[in-house]
Amino acid sequence: MNGSGRGASVLLTDLEKRFDRTNAVDGVSLDIHSGEFLTLLGPSGSGKTTTLMMIAGFETPTAGDIAIDGTSVVAMPPYRRNIGMVFQSYALFPHLTVADNIGFPLKQRGVPKAERAKLVAEALELVHLPGYGSRYPRQLSGGQQQRVAVARAVVFKPRLLLMDEPLGALDKQLRENLQLEMRRLHADLGITFIYVTHDQEEALTMSDRIAVMNDGKVAQIGRPEDLYDRPTSRFVAGFIGESNFLPAIVRGLEDDVVVAECEGAIIRALSPGKPAPGEKVMLTTRPERLRFADTALNPNIAQNRLSVTVTEAVFAGERCRYMLQAGDGTAMVLKEPSSAAIRRRSVGERAEIAWSVADTILV
Amino acid sequence: MTRDWSRAPPAMMPLLLVAPLVVFMLAFYALPVVAMLMRSVSDPVWSVANYAALPEDVVFLKTFSNTFYTSLIVTVATLLMAYPVALALVRAPRWAPLILVLILLPFWTSVLVRSYAWMVLMGRHGLINEALTAAGLLERPLRILNTPLATQIAMTHILLPYMILPIANALRQIDPSLLRASSGLGAPPWRTFMQVTLPLSMPGVAAGVLLVFVLALGFYITPAMVGGPREITLSMLIAQQVDHLNWAYAATLSAVLLATSLALIGICYRLPGVGNAFRMNVR
Repeated sequence: MNGSGRGASVLLTDLEKRFDRTNAVDGVSLDIHSGEFLTLLGPSGSGKTTTLMMIAGFETPTAGDIAIDGTSVVAMPPYRRNIGMVFQSYALFPHLTVADNIGFPLKQRGVPKAERAKLVAEALELVHLPGYGSRYPRQLSGGQQQRVAVARAVVFKPRLLLMDEPLGALDKQLRENLQLEMRRLHADLGITFIYVTHDQEEALTMSDRIAVMNDGKVAQIGRPEDLYDRPTSRFVAGFIGESNFLPAIVRGLEDDVVVAECEGAIIRALSPGKPAPGEKVMLTTRPERLRFADTALNPNIAQNRLSVTVTEAVFAGERCRYMLQAGDGTAMVLKEPSSAAIRRRSVGERAEIAWSVADTILV
Repeated sequence: MTRDWSRAPPAMMPLLLVAPLVVFMLAFYALPVVAMLMRSVSDPVWSVANYAALPEDVVFLKTFSNTFYTSLIVTVATLLMAYPVALALVRAPRWAPLILVLILLPFWTSVLVRSYAWMVLMGRHGLINEALTAAGLLERPLRILNTPLATQIAMTHILLPYMILPIANALRQIDPSLLRASSGLGAPPWRTFMQVTLPLSMPGVAAGVLLVFVLALGFYITPAMVGGPREITLSMLIAQQVDHLNWAYAATLSAVLLATSLALIGICYRLPGVGNAFRMNVR
C-alpha cells in the first residue's frame, strides 16, 4: 500500500458501465483523496450506485479503470478488495447474531475467536451499541441495524468504506442524528468514505467533496460550498438547493462579470466563460440571498435590482417565503428571515428586490 | 324488487364461497376416513386390540421398517440431487425457464405412466440392460426390476420436483445483497455458500425433506409396479388387506400411516423458520 495515512486513495479513469444499450455510467473520472469523505450525489438513474458497485467489485466496468492506492482492482473479486461496505438494506445476516454479523469479516480473515470477540466489542462501542451482541438483527430498530451494518463494515479496519444510501430508510430525525455520527466516525477512523445519496442536504452536511452525477456523468465536483455558490450548470443549480432561473441577454463584459439584460433591468453575474454580447443565457440565484430593496443590507453589496409583484406570501416560522413575478412573467422565490421588525408583504404588492452580484451565476 | 348487489352483506360471503367444497369434502372424504378409522377400534369388537397386536406383528414390523428405510433413502437421494438443481434454477435466470420445464413436464405426467416407463427401462430386456450388454459392459442382464433399488430409483425420480421447488423457493427469498455483503466482507464464493446461502435455505430444505418423506411413506403405485410383490410397503400391505376384505387390519395400518405422517409434519412445523416456508403469501 503506497497511499498516505489510514485512508485509501481511489482513482477512477474514464469508467463506463453499459447495460444492454444504455450507459449507466458514461465516462466517470474521479480522483478521491486519502481520508476524504466524498459523496456521489444524483437523482435515481444517474449512475451513482453503479459507480459505487464497480468500486466494490459487484459490477464489472465495460471500460475504464479503478485504482485503489495506485493498484488497478478491476480484475480483483470483491472478497479480495478489503473494502468496507454499508448497503441500503443493511444486508445483515438474519441467521447470525449481531456479534456474529460483526465478526463475519474477521472470521473470513482467520482472526482467532478471542481476538474477534474483543474487536467486535470495540466495534459495538464505536457505534454506541455495547451489549447488543447476542441479539438478532430482527430484534433491532432500523437505526440500530444501520449502526450494526456500519460496525461490521469497519471492524476489519479497511482503508476504504463505501456506503449506498445507508440512511435512506430512516425517518428524518434519526437521519439527521446519524449524519452527524457518520461525520464523527469519519473523523475518528480517518479512512476514506465514498457515500452515495440522492439527498442533497445530506450530501452538503457530511461531505468534504461532492460529485454531482447526472446521466452517468459527473456534472460537477467540488466542496459543498463551491457547488452551492458556484454551480456550473443548470442541473447542479437546480439539484442542489433551491434556485431562481432568470433568462437574460448578454450586453457586455466587465472583467469576469457578465452584464446582462433581464426583464428590462441590467443584472450583473459571475461567469465561468466569456459569452458573446447578444447571446441568450440563464442566470441563477438562491432565494435566501434575495432581499426586498427597502430592507436590504448594504446597497453597495446588493447591486442587482429587479421590480417584481408579490404573487404569494407564506409565513413559515423562521422565515417568510414569497413567490414573485418579475416583468413579463419570470417566477422567482425570495426567502427572508422572519422578524417582527420587518414588514410583511401582501399579495399583489409591487416591490423592488436586490441582491449581490457575487450571488448571481451564469449557468 | 331492487337490491344493491354491490353492497351484499360481507360477513356471509367467505362462507358461501367455500361452502360447496366444504360439503363435498365432508361427504366424500372426511366421513369415509372417519368411518374407516373407526373400524380399527370397533372391528370385531370395541377395543384397542388391533393396535395392541401390532408390536408383535412380524409382517407389520418388517413392512413398516422397510417403508421407512425406502423413504429415508429416497429423501437423501432427492436432497443431494435437488439442491444443485434448485441453485441453478435461481442463480442462472437464463436457463431457469428450460430447467423449470424439465422439472415440471414429468411432474405433470401421470405417476402410472412414469412407473411403466421405469419398468420398460429397468426390465430384464429393458433399455438399460440391452444397452449395457450391447456395449459389452455386461455379460448377462442385471436384475434391477423387482428389487428395492428399482423402487428407490423410480421414487427418487418421481419425487424430485417436491424437493427442488421448496428449496428453490427458499433460495429465491435470500436477499441478493446478503451474498454481496458476504463477498464484500471477504468471503470467497464457497464460504458464502456454506455460511450464508446454505443456512438461509434450511427452511426450504426442511420443507422438501418433509414433503418427500411423507409422500414416500404413502407411495403405492410405483413400489407395486417396479418393486415387485416381495418388496412390500405399508400402502401395498393395506391394499392387500383390503383385497382380502380384512377391513379392521387395513384400517389399523392406515391409522398408523396417517399418525406417522402427521407426527412428522408436526415436528417439522415446530422447527424454526420451517412453518414459514409452507405459509403462502396471501395479500
